[in-house]
Amino acid sequence: MMSRTVLQLVRAEGRLSAPEIAERLGITPAEAAAEVKRLHDEKVILGYRGIINPEKTGEDSVLAIIEVKVTPQREVGFDSIARRIYKFPEVRTCYLMSGAYDLLLLVEGESLRQVASFVAEKLATLEHVSSTTTHFLLRKYKEDGLIIHEESETERLAVSA
Amino acid sequence: MCPLPNTSSPHSSRVSRLVESLPPSGIRKFFDLVIGREDIISLGVGEPDFATPWRICEAAVYAIERGQTSYTSNRGLIAARNAIAEYLQNRFGVEYHPATDLCITVGVSQGIDITLRAIVNPGDEVIVIEPCYVAYRPMALLAGAEVRMLPTYMRDGFQPDLERLESLVTPRTKALILCNPNNPTGTTYNRATLEGIADIVRRHDLIVLSDEVYAELTYESEHVCFPALDGMRERTVLLSGFSKAWAMTGWRLGYIAGPRDIVEMAVKVHQYSMMCAPIMAQYAAIEALKHGRRDVEEMVAAYDERRRVITNGLRAIGLPCILPSGAFYVFPSIAHTGMTSEQFCTELLNQTNVAVVPGNAFGESGEGHVRCAYAASLEQIRTALDRMGDFLGALRPLENHALAR
Ligand SMILES: Cc1ncc(COP(=O)(O)O)c(C=O)c1O
Repeated sequence: MMSRTVLQLVRAEGRLSAPEIAERLGITPAEAAAEVKRLHDEKVILGYRGIINPEKTGEDSVLAIIEVKVTPQREVGFDSIARRIYKFPEVRTCYLMSGAYDLLLLVEGESLRQVASFVAEKLATLEHVSSTTTHFLLRKYKEDGLIIHEESETERLAVSA
Repeated sequence: MCPLPNTSSPHSSRVSRLVESLPPSGIRKFFDLVIGREDIISLGVGEPDFATPWRICEAAVYAIERGQTSYTSNRGLIAARNAIAEYLQNRFGVEYHPATDLCITVGVSQGIDITLRAIVNPGDEVIVIEPCYVAYRPMALLAGAEVRMLPTYMRDGFQPDLERLESLVTPRTKALILCNPNNPTGTTYNRATLEGIADIVRRHDLIVLSDEVYAELTYESEHVCFPALDGMRERTVLLSGFSKAWAMTGWRLGYIAGPRDIVEMAVKVHQYSMMCAPIMAQYAAIEALKHGRRDVEEMVAAYDERRRVITNGLRAIGLPCILPSGAFYVFPSIAHTGMTSEQFCTELLNQTNVAVVPGNAFGESGEGHVRCAYAASLEQIRTALDRMGDFLGALRPLENHALAR
């Protein structure tokens, strides 16, 4: 049986102190700190985020999944057009996909109108973008491995064999 | 009106004298103290805190949807037996024929019962290594055996003393019950110990019941499956199941695997007393074996981290313990407090609402210890440790006082 690596632990749980990592993985705090530093320095770990239940924040932001078809360019393929797109702060996520379209975006805006105008004015008008399909997100059930509306847990007996 | 029979007499013939003479499970006794309390942090639970992985639940739901709600053959679905045989072969290198060497049971609990009933003749002796799971001794007694206990101690890493084991063997010794990895000590027996046991078994022609329900939950070295040792396949009934590694306690599913003559007798008991294990659980088990590896590995990784946290924590508050290498229990000594393990657990519960199980529930040699299960979240473990630390801190002046006298 192999213990998890520091990377696996941090990927699953986010930022943890060196002593905490050390205790859980059975290494020294110095080793844990050195490994976390290396992962940061080498940009293996890019950042940490909280995972939020959007229905509990009282905020009304709008999320849309947008499929984008683009014409790849000579030499640079999709990378150059992807960069033009993902540099917009509205674009939370940008993936290159196989299949019926090329780029998949997760775009966030304050209102439906704002997202719609981002698509119409910024995205669809880009030179190499040939079409977009916008899907507004209605409800999140699961986010990055976490279930958002978890049913109550069953009670275990307090003592058992 | 006819008078009620006198049920309070200890020798009433209304109930079985043998059953009446069995002590109630020490865990049960403690459970009664816990029940009804709120805000308990329990390290007293002998089952995973994880829910059964969804893919396994879903397979059972699908079985029900397809109308799979009938009896199965006594030994269990052949597809499930095939999956178990394949798993045992690939994972532990032991070969069992699905048609003749396996029987699916209602948990390891029932496996122990039918195996003992299949082998014991009146006057036969069964050796049990203590501290151990609460069911072995009562089950052996119910099967008509006499039970000899071999104590193990923390100073030996809870490994059995082989000379002492051999000294318990008499011409009437029929079987030895092993539990590896161990509940409640969290010990795994090292290969040398197991080879030594195998040697005794060979020389005295014994049968081994090897309870390996925690086989997947080992943290330091690969599990050694007892029947995989030289010559042990034909002398061992392997008892295992899905409760622990796949977090399936409520499904009630296990199996026995062994030499066909013994398994055949166990199946005879099984066919009359149980018929078969529940079919939905058997379908769930097939899924568990075929696609559940990653789920098991994730749970094992979590237990592995928790065992370090709880062991460090217990040592830091002054409770000596061995870093467990298997199962999900740690078994610290509380001897220096001067309390019995029952007193310790009762006081701890009353003062801090933390539940741990008195070591004597697992046999006399468990006295002076308590069993803490780390099948609880890290947060619960840390809170429990804090509370235990405060409890022990408050005891210290009393201890000093006791020493001064
Ligand atoms: C060592 C041991 N064997 C058997 C069992 C019972 O397992 P099952 O749920 O398969 O009946 C337990 C449960 O605590 C156990 O600890």
